[in-house]
Amino acid sequence: MVRYTKGAVALSAAMLLATSALAQDKRVVTWNADYDPIPLAAAEALIADFEAANPEIDVQLNNFDHEAYKNAIRNFLTADPPDLANWYAANRMRPFVEAGLFADISDVWADNGLNDALASSVLSSTIDGKQYAVPYTYYQWGIYYNRDAYKAAGVDLPADGGVSWDQFLANCEKFKAAGIDCVTTGSSALWPVAGIFDYISMRTNGYQFHSDLAAGKISWKSPEVKAVFDNFGKLQPFVTANHAAIDWQDAAALLVQGKAANYVMGNFAVGVFKEGGMTNDNLGFMVFPEITAGIARSEEAPTDTVHLTSGAKNPEDAKKLLAYIASADAQSKWNGAVGQLPTNKNATVDAADPFLTAGFQALSTATGGIAQFWDRDADAEYAKAGMEGFQQFLVQPDQLDAILDRLEQTRLRLYPQ
Amino acid sequence: MAADMTAASAAPRRARKWNQRSIAPWLFLAPGLFMFTVYVLWPIVQSITLSFYDWNGLYNKDGQFTGTFVGMGNYAELMSDPAFETSLWNNLKWLVLYMAALPIGLFIAIFLNQTVRGIRIYKSLFFFPFVISQVVVGLIFAWFYAPNFGLFYLLTEKLTGQGTAILADPDLVTYGIIAAGLWPQIAYVMILYLTGLNNVAPDQIEAARLDGAKGWRMLWFVVLPQLRPATFIAVIVTVIGALRSFDLVSIMTNGGPFGSSRVLSYYMFEMALGEYGYRMGFGAAIAVVLFAIMMVFISGFIWKMWRDETER
Repeated sequence: MVRYTKGAVALSAAMLLATSALAQDKRVVTWNADYDPIPLAAAEALIADFEAANPEIDVQLNNFDHEAYKNAIRNFLTADPPDLANWYAANRMRPFVEAGLFADISDVWADNGLNDALASSVLSSTIDGKQYAVPYTYYQWGIYYNRDAYKAAGVDLPADGGVSWDQFLANCEKFKAAGIDCVTTGSSALWPVAGIFDYISMRTNGYQFHSDLAAGKISWKSPEVKAVFDNFGKLQPFVTANHAAIDWQDAAALLVQGKAANYVMGNFAVGVFKEGGMTNDNLGFMVFPEITAGIARSEEAPTDTVHLTSGAKNPEDAKKLLAYIASADAQSKWNGAVGQLPTNKNATVDAADPFLTAGFQALSTATGGIAQFWDRDADAEYAKAGMEGFQQFLVQPDQLDAILDRLEQTRLRLYPQ
Repeated sequence: MAADMTAASAAPRRARKWNQRSIAPWLFLAPGLFMFTVYVLWPIVQSITLSFYDWNGLYNKDGQFTGTFVGMGNYAELMSDPAFETSLWNNLKWLVLYMAALPIGLFIAIFLNQTVRGIRIYKSLFFFPFVISQVVVGLIFAWFYAPNFGLFYLLTEKLTGQGTAILADPDLVTYGIIAAGLWPQIAYVMILYLTGLNNVAPDQIEAARLDGAKGWRMLWFVVLPQLRPATFIAVIVTVIGALRSFDLVSIMTNGGPFGSSRVLSYYMFEMALGEYGYRMGFGAAIAVVLFAIMMVFISGFIWKMWRDETER
């Protein structure tokens, strides 16, 4: 049984449903989620499959508005915890784990062989050696490009493996001469610039550096950080001017119109590009160019997760559902419907979608590691300070020293040495 | 009964009457006081208490508060926080520039205070920006300033060859938002002055005219003094409007680029309830500072009103 409700209505609806379901003598599992319409339909299908296999269990999904959910979860986990709740991996779940609101589900991982099947997500689901999340979907980041813009500027199309960093910058010169933005972004919401920074940072110094930087272990005054900003500075003149005033969707429009050639973005943007009229013929995808030769390639792939709450009333059946969500079959189906990548390595990907296959390929060969994205790897406050710094650098590159001073102060305050 | 009462001695009767008189106002005040205590005083006390804690807004599963006491720690952090400094300066810019709504509103009001055919339509057109929601005002101006397709951007592009995207420029962004805020604020002040102008005594105008007063002198010495109550209200609403400027910042820039258009109220929201915030104690400390600033103005107004009331 599935109900689509919003905000406060959800609570009362859940109570009504709970009473009606009890009458049917089924064991109830409640699940609070924040799905948009397409993922919601996929989740409903997943629940229907699960209930067909387990007729004695009734899963009740309470869907919240995506933005409202971020506040709602802080209340309902204490006031009226469901059995399962959607959230995100890595540092994003840490406050809830530390407050004891998410339950340890290491047994679900051990009993179902998830450490092997979900190998790429073990790190991001683990805090202090215990697993607290079941990752069921992620999406790759990379460079989406407009083939028509490449042709208009007379630039050779990137080969299958992408281009080299020097080549990429040389291309940017040509795009600039043709009056096309080489790299576009819309940083009004800050996070899109973190994608560019993360990639330059991982390509310059590797995955471990990214991870340590996000954890506050590396000084912003270090030569490694300097090297990252040197490379960032090489790209800076080619990034869309005024990006600070536009949203990422507005920048997507620039790519669609051919006013920009490349866009460092997540795979969710493909839907927007295609709504704008692009097709598989003129929309291309490549991995971010290698900068320092010989560094194992790492990629960004933010993971969405489901968690068992500490206040769960029916943890046994909820764990059954979690195991099902982690399974290859369920993940193939859910991600096939939504157009994202399954985290279970035995799951399959729709071969007809070039972006999914390219993403699956890019992630499964990323030997350096899978990053969650700056704002999920770093503590929230630290992440925000960082993203403001990255945005300011893109607008005022001459302020670099002031930016790094400020970031270093923030680091020393949040992570006393 | 009545006979008993008249028969009773004068003293208890007076005491009883005194009782009624003293209780009645409190009875009438009680509902208001109750609401005021629950919805104003109690939250103030709670905010101030919270500002001494470091708390991420979570209770654990047993419903226990998870914050830790940090004393003046949040305030000490505020003192050295560049974002707080930016917000404070921006609030000051808002306060000063918002005052422009007064003279502009007054002149539009004087301009519209005439009897021409269809004047009501013109008045309502001028009043229109105040009627629509601040959110809509913010969106309209965000599009007006938008790079690539905004009217303002295209205009500057045509004039100077280089388009200016106000909301992407850290030095101009606050002024851009204040301009958006002034649009409805001028309309508000205008309507206050229009009603004020209705009450200007025509005989005084007439007398001044006979004495040969005209133009500026008429305005300054005859009309403006009679508009004092309207000016007082206009100053109050403008100061409060400037200090609680939140919606426009939130709609137009989210405080960006890199925090250059933050004001205290938005910074407080960001720290306490924003996606990367949930520092309830720190947010509460900002709220307390904002409250202290507002208190300066509010006490001023109350003091003036008190003085006016007692003089009468």
